[in-house]
Amino acid sequence: MAVLPIDHLEKIEGWGGAVSSFGYIYRPTTIEGLREVFQLARENNRHITFRGSGRSYGDGAIGAENIVLDTSRMNRILSWDPSTGIITMEPGVTIEQLWQYIIEDGWWPPVVPGTMYPTIGGCLGMNIHGKNNFKAGPIGDHVLSFDIMLPSGEIKTATPLSDPELFYSVISGFGMFGIFTSITMQMKKVHSGLLHVKAWTTKNLHELFEVYEKHIPGSDYLVGWVDCISSGPILGRSIVHQANYFKPGEDHNPAQTLRVSKQMLPDTILGIFPKSFVWMLLRPFTNNKGMKFINALRIFVSKLPIIGAVAYEQSHAEFAFLLDYVPGWKKSYGAGGLIQYQSFVPKENAETVFCKQIEMCQDAGMPPFLGVFKQHKPDKFLFTHAVDGFSLALDFKVTQKNKEELWKLCAKMNDVVLANGGRFYFAKDATLRPQDFKAFLGDDTMKKFAELKKKYDPDNILQTDLSRRLISNATS
Amino acid sequence: MSHVLVNSKHIIIGLIIFPSSLPSATPFAKSLFICPMSKKWKHAIVIGASGGIGEALVYELASQGISVALVARRKEELERVASEAAKRMSEGNSATRNPQPATRFPIFVHDVTHFSEVPVLFQEITKQLGGLDLIIYNSGIMPAVAKDEYNFEKDRSIIETNLLGAFAWLNEAAMRFQNAGCGTIVGISSIAGERGRRGMPAYITSKAALTTYLESLRNRLSQHGVSVVTIKPGVIDTPMSKDAPTKMWIYSAEDTAREIVQAARRGVTVKYVPWKWRIVSFVLHSLPSFIFRKLNF
Repeated sequence: MAVLPIDHLEKIEGWGGAVSSFGYIYRPTTIEGLREVFQLARENNRHITFRGSGRSYGDGAIGAENIVLDTSRMNRILSWDPSTGIITMEPGVTIEQLWQYIIEDGWWPPVVPGTMYPTIGGCLGMNIHGKNNFKAGPIGDHVLSFDIMLPSGEIKTATPLSDPELFYSVISGFGMFGIFTSITMQMKKVHSGLLHVKAWTTKNLHELFEVYEKHIPGSDYLVGWVDCISSGPILGRSIVHQANYFKPGEDHNPAQTLRVSKQMLPDTILGIFPKSFVWMLLRPFTNNKGMKFINALRIFVSKLPIIGAVAYEQSHAEFAFLLDYVPGWKKSYGAGGLIQYQSFVPKENAETVFCKQIEMCQDAGMPPFLGVFKQHKPDKFLFTHAVDGFSLALDFKVTQKNKEELWKLCAKMNDVVLANGGRFYFAKDATLRPQDFKAFLGDDTMKKFAELKKKYDPDNILQTDLSRRLISNATS
Repeated sequence: MSHVLVNSKHIIIGLIIFPSSLPSATPFAKSLFICPMSKKWKHAIVIGASGGIGEALVYELASQGISVALVARRKEELERVASEAAKRMSEGNSATRNPQPATRFPIFVHDVTHFSEVPVLFQEITKQLGGLDLIIYNSGIMPAVAKDEYNFEKDRSIIETNLLGAFAWLNEAAMRFQNAGCGTIVGISSIAGERGRRGMPAYITSKAALTTYLESLRNRLSQHGVSVVTIKPGVIDTPMSKDAPTKMWIYSAEDTAREIVQAARRGVTVKYVPWKWRIVSFVLHSLPSFIFRKLNF
């Protein structure tokens, strides 16, 4: 057995920075390069972990002592047809590259996450959703076909009709079956570079659900920011943002608004203060009292006339990529990083579950510093996280001191979610236990997973820290 | 000029307030600011783990919930120690989340004088452990040497085990840790290496050389965030010391292991076990050679 070169060894973190491991990183640029990495893994008896931009919050794109196959250099757009909106690209193309490539032709990715930096391959592996999941479904619903290289080196093509088993399992399959080599997707036609945006402030969580019920039918996008520190009658007070596309002809000069330069997020606040410094200012506030103040301030500002405007126009990028407004904001959480706990609960139980979750966090002295609320609809993908209901994503600061208690708190919240028919999301997860994984996927999906793994990756070469944490233990 | 000022300010403020999270901070700057107490070990290797101090070290680390790879020549002894370590881990640490602690103490039968095996074995161990935070080189032999004995083969085997084996293993660890920007290396040297006494010239030389080697590693690696800890035990109650010329301040292997792990966590550079030997060391170093050579030990 050969020895892997030490200069490929790197500490690789989950995006939240709370989990990390060392892996031997390889960044191929071609399909031949991919084959060589698979061959290297076989020769050295190593496992392989796929990684795009490393934007999964937890351990979905890290693999201790594995060969970590980073696809970020396989980032070419292979074909683009502006008349139909069909694009073919390599897996390392980022959402940022994608929207900047197509927007001036009047197209926009049909589903985008809250940040523009993930790769398309990573987005499909986790089958990400956006603020329009209730309407547009997950990103996988907009894939027309893909090519995938299996660990054996064989390349297979799948469409929803030609090979539904492969199609619906690889998308959502968190990198357990093979690596995308090309992806063909249908983009969404837009008639302006702007969106109509409206905002509502709600008094509490109950009112948030009411606002959603009222406005979902007329929304293209709908997202709620939830203050998880307030309690009592104002528990779960929130700000809801709705965005709708412009209708054809509504924007008199779409060529102007569709320019990439008109979409870019500003580098400064109020034209003066550089955003790259903002995380430093936030750092003194990333504690319970500080965030209570920030949240109260946010609610206060949202109610101010003019500043807290309830209806305005905003570019696609400005509305979609809220997480990119403050560069490096996660550093404000300190050296321990953060985790995001996101659970998906059927609509009939969602209010009770989310209310209970917030109370549990507050009782444990670890209120989430950020809460994001969305509505979802079920989809056909094998490892789907979506339900006919709602999700609440909660950000927690991780420290050496609170880590063990925080993981226990998440485990308790898991029990509540599972008892109410809820699900979880691998792009975010860092804390699920094997029994939670088994419970939310169910026996049939677990069995199907084992069958597919045997079929496409019989030597179990593809592993991540997440899969080891959840599957190796769940099946042993 | 203003550009320089802004950058300097940025770095200074960053280092003072956010030393460990600022990506632009150099490893050296990080090593100055990061609290050594923050060392969080999950994976360790103990070379020379089948008895004595090595065995006690495995138990000490196991009781703290750390996975340990055990390396030594004697398979049966390794199996015994691994099994006992698994038991102690199950009984001891509540932080242990792994339901199968037995798998957390893999054993590797290896003779440290088989230097060419080390690179492959080192990678296999780190793979099986799932990482590496701490390596302890504890292998050593101290065969009895008569006052008038000059046996080259015996001397060579001492140097190969006590010194060259350490080079083979710790060089591998040094390369990994330097690249990783973190890690802890512990070498078990000895108080015996302080001066060139009459007894056991090769053993004394091996320990003196090991001490110097570890100091050199420390000077190379500290700027990369890696700790190198030299342990200088006195007389420890182990099979190796049963023929030791003196039993002064004899110390148990368990207490020794506990002090070693504590010292390594604190990032101590040189640790005498027990501490009283530091005074002896000072005295020994202070003695002029014409007096020292008259001492009968």
